[in-house]
Amino acid sequence: MLIAVISLTVMGVVLGGILGAAARFFAVEENPLEEELKALLPGSQCGQCGFVGCSQYAAALAKGETPVILCAPGGKAVAEALAKKLGVTADLSGHEEKVPVYSTINEALCIGCTRCIRECSTDAILGANKLMHTVIIEACHGCGKCAKVCPTDAIVMVPVRVTLANWHWPKPEVEHMQSNPEVGHAH
Amino acid sequence: MKLYPIRGGIHPDYRKDQTSEKAIVALPMPAALYIPLQQHIGAPAEVLVSAGDLVKKGQMIARSQGVISSPQHAPTSGRITAVTQVAAPHPSGLPQSTIILEPDGKDEWADLPEPIADPFAADPHTIHDRVAQSGIVGMGGAAFPSAVKLNLGTQKKLEILLLNGAECEPYLTCDDRVMREFPAEIIDGARIMAHALGTPKVVIGIEQNKPQAIEIMTKAASAFAEIEVVAVPVQYPMGSERHLVQAITGRETPARKLTADLGVVVHNVATARAVHHAVRFGQPLVARVVTVSGGAIREPKNVLTPIGARIADLVEFCGGFAARPESVVNGGPMMGQPLASLEAPVVKGTSGILALTAEEINNHPTSPCIRCGTCVTICPCGLSPVEMAAFIRKDKLDGAAKLGVMDCVSCGSCSWACPSHIPLVHYFNYAKGVLRVLENEQRKSDRVKTLAEVHNLRIEKAAEAKRAALAARNPAPTVPTAEEKASA
Amino acid sequence: MNIVTLSGPFTHASNSVQKTMFTVLLALIPATAFNFYLFGWPAILLFTVTVGSCVAVEAACLSLARQPAKTVLSDYSAVLTGWLLAMSLPPWAPWWIGLLGAVFAIALAKHAFGGIGQNVFNPAMVGRTAMLVSFPVVMTAWVMPHPLFSSGAPGLADAIAITFGGHLPDTVSAASALGYIKTELSRGIPVTQSMAHVPELMDMALGYRAGSLGETSAILILAGGLFLMAKRIISWHIPLSVMGGLFVMGAVFNAVDPARFASGTFHLMSGATFLGAFFIATDYVTSPVSKKGQLVFGLGCGVLIWLIRTFAGYPEGMAFAVLLMNGLTPIIDQYTRPRAFGRSSKGEPLPLEKP
Repeated sequence: MLIAVISLTVMGVVLGGILGAAARFFAVEENPLEEELKALLPGSQCGQCGFVGCSQYAAALAKGETPVILCAPGGKAVAEALAKKLGVTADLSGHEEKVPVYSTINEALCIGCTRCIRECSTDAILGANKLMHTVIIEACHGCGKCAKVCPTDAIVMVPVRVTLANWHWPKPEVEHMQSNPEVGHAH
Repeated sequence: MKLYPIRGGIHPDYRKDQTSEKAIVALPMPAALYIPLQQHIGAPAEVLVSAGDLVKKGQMIARSQGVISSPQHAPTSGRITAVTQVAAPHPSGLPQSTIILEPDGKDEWADLPEPIADPFAADPHTIHDRVAQSGIVGMGGAAFPSAVKLNLGTQKKLEILLLNGAECEPYLTCDDRVMREFPAEIIDGARIMAHALGTPKVVIGIEQNKPQAIEIMTKAASAFAEIEVVAVPVQYPMGSERHLVQAITGRETPARKLTADLGVVVHNVATARAVHHAVRFGQPLVARVVTVSGGAIREPKNVLTPIGARIADLVEFCGGFAARPESVVNGGPMMGQPLASLEAPVVKGTSGILALTAEEINNHPTSPCIRCGTCVTICPCGLSPVEMAAFIRKDKLDGAAKLGVMDCVSCGSCSWACPSHIPLVHYFNYAKGVLRVLENEQRKSDRVKTLAEVHNLRIEKAAEAKRAALAARNPAPTVPTAEEKASA
Repeated sequence: MNIVTLSGPFTHASNSVQKTMFTVLLALIPATAFNFYLFGWPAILLFTVTVGSCVAVEAACLSLARQPAKTVLSDYSAVLTGWLLAMSLPPWAPWWIGLLGAVFAIALAKHAFGGIGQNVFNPAMVGRTAMLVSFPVVMTAWVMPHPLFSSGAPGLADAIAITFGGHLPDTVSAASALGYIKTELSRGIPVTQSMAHVPELMDMALGYRAGSLGETSAILILAGGLFLMAKRIISWHIPLSVMGGLFVMGAVFNAVDPARFASGTFHLMSGATFLGAFFIATDYVTSPVSKKGQLVFGLGCGVLIWLIRTFAGYPEGMAFAVLLMNGLTPIIDQYTRPRAFGRSSKGEPLPLEKP
C-alpha cells in the first residue's frame, strides 16, 4: 500500500516536472494563435479596424482585448471565421448584408489630387497628379479608405456585380414535406 | 470490339421517338439574330463590327482573344443593328454582350478562306488554324474550343480519336439525325481530325438504341480500315467523355488529368462534321442542328438553326406550345440548364430545346432521406451523394469537398433516382459554385496581401531614403558608432 | 415563365418513398395471411392493435413536433414498423405488449432521433427487444399453430379473452425450436438428441411450428424477399451475407462438435432468420448505404446471430444482432465508401500508367 502510494507520488512529481520543464524550454516564441488569426485577416493593412495593420489587430484579438467584428473589408465571413477560431459568439448584427464591393472613380469629378493613391494600401489606383485616376478592380479589396479621403466625392464603392462568370446556383430551398423537428414550425 | 463496364448509371425513359424519325428541317431566317460574344468555354471574343455595318454570311464579326477562345461569324448576310447586352441562354437569365444582326434575306456568303485541297497532305497546324478561325467548339454541349483539343497531338502521343455519338441524354436526337443524314461528312471530318491529331485509329461510339445510325455509320466507315464504329450499351451517362473512354478502352482517366493523357481525344460527331465544312469549303460554324422536343411542344422537330436565332423563334417554328411547359430546358433533361427566358438565343453548344410538362419532369416535394443508398450505387463517379448532400445542407462545404464534390460531373443520376426527390445535384452545383468563388476570393486575397506587402516595403524604403537624404544634408557632429561604420 | 429555382435533372424515376414502403408491405402480405390462418383470431387482434398503435403514436409524435401528420403518415413507414413489430411478437401475446412495443418503436427509437431517416436503430427491433427484456415470460409464451376454423382453434370471443383479457390457456404453450434446444442443452442433453424432437425441417420451412408470425413459414417470407429483389427494393447483399454468415458459422462448428452445436441448416430454417435477413436487416435507414458496407453489415449480423443463439441467454439473437450492427452502421459507412472515379481508394488521383 505504502509502496504504491510512494511510487505513484514519485512518478507524478517526476513526470509533472518533466512536463513543466518541457513547457518552459520548448515554448514557442510567438503566440501561434496570433499567427493563425493574422492568416484569417485580409492582410491589406487598411487600418480601418483602428489598429495600425492586420498584425496588430490579430495581436489584440489573441489577447481578447477587442471584438471580432472590426475588419471592414473582411466583412461577415472574416468575423465569423475569427469568432470560430476564438470560440466566441460574434454579434454580427452590424454585418448583416455586407456584399463585396470595389471602388470606382467618377472621372468627371476627379481632380487628380492623388490623395486616394497615397491612401490605398494595395496600389490599386493608377494615376498621377492632375491626371484622371482609375481603379484596378483585381487589386481593390473594397476597404473604402479612398472614398473617405476624396475631396470631390468622385469615388464610390459599388457592389461586385453578379455576372455569367461568377454566378452560381443558390442553395436549394427544399420544401420538405416534413421539416426537421429542430426547425419545425409548420404552423 | 471488346467493351468494358462503367460504374453505376441509370436507364431513364429515353423518349427519343418524338423526334428520331423526323428529318432535319431548316429554320426560316428569323427577323433578327443575337450572336453572343461568348458561346464557349474561355475568354469571350472581341467584337469587330459596330452598329450599321453590313456583313456577309460567314464573315468574322468577333475574333478570339487569347489561347482558349473562339471567334464568331455572321450566320447570314445583313446589317448589324447593335452590340449590346442580351439575356444569355442560362438559368440566371443574366445578360451578356451580344451582336444583333438584321438579316437582309439574301444569305450571301462572304469571301471564304480557300478550301484545303488535300488536308491529309497538309501540316497539322494548317488544319488547327482553320478549325480555330472557323469558330468551331464542342457541339455536344460543353462548347470547348475544338482547335485547342486538336493541338494536343503536338504535346502528347495520341492513340485514338474517339467520336462521341452516344447521345445518352433522353429526348435528344440531333446527333442521331446528323449521323443518319450526313455520315460521309462526319467520317471525312473525323479523318481530317485524326490526321491533325496524329492518331492512327478512329473509334465512333454510338449507343445501341440508335440502330439505324450504327448501320449507316458502319457502312460509311467501311472504306477506311482505321475507323471502327462501336455500339456501346445504353446506359446513362455513357456520353460522358471519361466514361465513354473507359467503356471503349477499359482505362480510367485519373482525377485532374485529361483523357488525352491516356492517348484518347474525344470529339462530338457534329463537331467532326463542322470540321469537314471548315476544311473542305472554308465555311465557319454558323448553324447547328437543334432537337426541339418535349411534351409541351406541338410539333417536335430537328431543326437546322442559324446561330443566334431566339429560342422563341424555334418554339414558334415547331408549332408553339401545346401545353403550358413547366420548364424550358437548354440541352437534355438530365444535364441541361433551365432557361429563364425564351428571348435567349441558340448558341453553338445548344443541342436541344425541351419544353417539358409537369408529368414529364415528375417533380415532387422533397421528403427526408431514408438512406436507401441508391445514389451511392448508381453514382458513375463513385461518390457518396447522400453524405455530400448532408454536409452541404448544414453548410459544411469543406466536408463535402473532402468527399469529392468537385469530382461530381453533375450527370444528375442521383437526383433522378432518389425516392425522396432530394435535389442532390442542385446541392452539388451550389457547393461547386461556392467553392469555386471561395477559391477565387482566396486567390484575390493572396494577391492583395502581396500587393500590400510590396506597398509597405516601398513606403518604408521611401521613408528610409528621406531619412538618409536628411542625414546627408545635416551630417551629425558626433563620431559614428561602430555599427554605423559597418553599415556605411 | 417561371423564375428558375431548381437545377436539373428535368426527369425523374417513377419511384417514391411511399411506393417503396408500399411494396415492402405487399411482400409481407402472403406470409402474414398464412400466419393469420395458422394462429387464428388472437394473432389478427394483436396485429391490428400493434399496427394501429404504431400509426397512432406516429401521429401523436408528429403533432407534438408540429408537423403535418397527414402527409407524413401517408408514407406507410409507421405501418411497416408496426407490421414488422407485430410479426416479431408471440402471436397470442396480450394487447398491451403491442401497444407498449409501438411506443418504444415509434416514439423512442424513431421520433426521439428526429423522425424518419434519422433513427440509428431499427424501430421494430427496439420495440421487440424492449418488450423481451421487460416481459420475458410473456414474450416467450409461444403456442403451436391452431389453424383458423380447426377444432381447438379459439373463436373470436375466445380470442378477445386471450388478447385483451390475458387468458392464455396453459395447455397450448410450446417452445420454439431454438428455445427447446437451448433448454435441453442446459439440461445436458446434446443437440443431436434434442433435434429429434423439433419439427422436421420441411415443417419448419412451411411454418407448422411454434414461433412469432414472422418466424414461421420461411418459404413465404423468402418469396416476399425475392419479390423485393425482383422489384429492386432490396439487393442480394444483406440477405445473402446475413444467411451466409449464420450458415457458415453453424456448419463449421457443427462439424467440429455436433453434440454442442446445431447445424447450419437448422440455424437457417429456425427462428426469424428469413424475416431478419430479408425484412429487418435490410431496413434502409439503419443499414449501410454502400454495397460493400452492406456485405460487412450482413456478415456481422449473421455471425452475431449465431453467437447469441449459441452462447447468450436468449434463444433467438436476430433482434440483438441487428441492433448491435445498427450501432456500427455509421462507422461501416465511413470505411466502405466506394472508390471515386479516377482516384485510389485513399482519394488520391490514380497514377498515370503508360499506354
